[in-house]
Amino acid sequence: MDASFLVEAVYLLSATLFVVGLKRLQSPATARAGNAIAAFAMLLAVLATVVDAEILSWTGILVGMVLGSVIGGFAARRVEMTSMPQLVGIFNGFGGAASALVSVTEFVSNPNVGVSTAGVAILLGTLIGGVTFSGSFIAFAKLQELMTGNPITFPGQNLFNAFLVIVVLGFATAALGLVGALEPLTAFYIFCAIAVVLGVLIVIPIGGADMPVVISLLNSYSGLAASAAGFVIGNMVLIVSGALVGAAGLILTQLMCKGMNRSLANVAFGGFGGSAKVDRAQIGKRPVRRADAEAVAAELGYVNSVVVVPGYGLAVAQAQHELRKVGDLLEARGVDVKYAIHPVAGRMPGHMNVLLAEADVSYDKLFDLDEINDDFSNTDAVLIVGANDVVNPASRDPQSVIAGMPILDVDKARRVIVMKRSLSPGFAGIDNDLFYMDNTLMFFGDAKDAMADLVREVRELA
Amino acid sequence: MVGLYVFVLATLAGREVITKVPPTLHTPLMSGANAVSGIAIVGALVVAGRADGMLQTVLGVTAITMAMVNVVGGFLVTDRMLSMFRKR
Repeated sequence: MDASFLVEAVYLLSATLFVVGLKRLQSPATARAGNAIAAFAMLLAVLATVVDAEILSWTGILVGMVLGSVIGGFAARRVEMTSMPQLVGIFNGFGGAASALVSVTEFVSNPNVGVSTAGVAILLGTLIGGVTFSGSFIAFAKLQELMTGNPITFPGQNLFNAFLVIVVLGFATAALGLVGALEPLTAFYIFCAIAVVLGVLIVIPIGGADMPVVISLLNSYSGLAASAAGFVIGNMVLIVSGALVGAAGLILTQLMCKGMNRSLANVAFGGFGGSAKVDRAQIGKRPVRRADAEAVAAELGYVNSVVVVPGYGLAVAQAQHELRKVGDLLEARGVDVKYAIHPVAGRMPGHMNVLLAEADVSYDKLFDLDEINDDFSNTDAVLIVGANDVVNPASRDPQSVIAGMPILDVDKARRVIVMKRSLSPGFAGIDNDLFYMDNTLMFFGDAKDAMADLVREVRELA
Repeated sequence: MVGLYVFVLATLAGREVITKVPPTLHTPLMSGANAVSGIAIVGALVVAGRADGMLQTVLGVTAITMAMVNVVGGFLVTDRMLSMFRKR
């Protein structure tokens, strides 16, 4: 058995283990082992490569590997769970950049690659990887609040982007030697620059609330860029792994769009949130029923079932630990407590689940929209903390800007308690009729202080 | 051409496996998939290994560094998150 056969066999094993590892993510009980299997698969692929590849100098390679590991390890240990979208965003960017650089290096080594599988793959890998790189850094900057989270738009933006796409295709043909006017290498460098600019332009018009979609999409791109790099160097394990990531990102993108009832095109070319159609002056002018912590404790402590609906406001206030204490105390009183999580409750898919898991909420108490919506009519009380649009019954009104958006049907519960700072609107910029319903109590305050008060009051109940 | 077959079939396999991941694990799924996209490390090692010019070496080593951030950071942070998912 010769060495190259053995290397190919290890690559095949690695690709298989990636699929096996991802499959284990189908249950929280097996997920951690699945991640370890995927990490082992990566180790196998790296070992097979260093054994197989002719390596002229180890110095740079070792420096790069150690430096990358230290940075990655440090970031992974230090990051706050609330900052997870930023971290995943910037990691996407690094992955995209790495794949793009593989393609770029191949082109620089052989600028006369011409029209061939390798040539086309190099250009695709560079384009997708370049867009992923700069787009992810803009997404990171928006989420980290290094720049405004609001959409940045200018007149003729979509037209300009379309124009850039045509220009980039022009330079692509020149880089492949189809147009003689430019040296392929010169055309390629311009092509790279435009790819990076495109990534910036694609992400800046997208607002903060739409970031779950963007992060998911860039995740998918980083996989496709890796696949393209696989075509460039003719390596199947890259093609397989890249395809898996591409599929994962695409599925999550679709789910996030569905969660907001918007098409991908609508998110990308959007203009959503803070729309002028709504008369903002009228928001929050109607009378509401208020309740303090003591009254809320009594509403929750003497019933059979409570469903908690956490929103992003909870995470912003870092109140998830206090909320979990409320849940624990209620359970100790014999109340059945569940958590209902909307698909876009956080800043990335499943973000709220991680935040609650960190606060030590048992994962079998977390329910997604489809699982829990039928239960609300049998629920005694709903406690909404820092969520707004995802519980707005206006989505059932075909005239509303959020018409058709899937919502948690909290208004069907016997009692609704909304914990919020004020009556200000959510990202959709519209008023919420839920706040003014007969069975709704408004519990105003900062989420962290309010939850701490509630913990104390529930403790005091007889 | 074989590569395209592999790509299409792997995409379909990925779709089957990943559609069944519950929403509660979508963040770890994404960070884990993110780490898997660090497979670009294999490509980076190949091009950096055979680099014979200064430019190629710099590009290759940069690619290795970035891919390693993705791989090590991605798997570690996914493990950190998954360790929090407990049933009580």
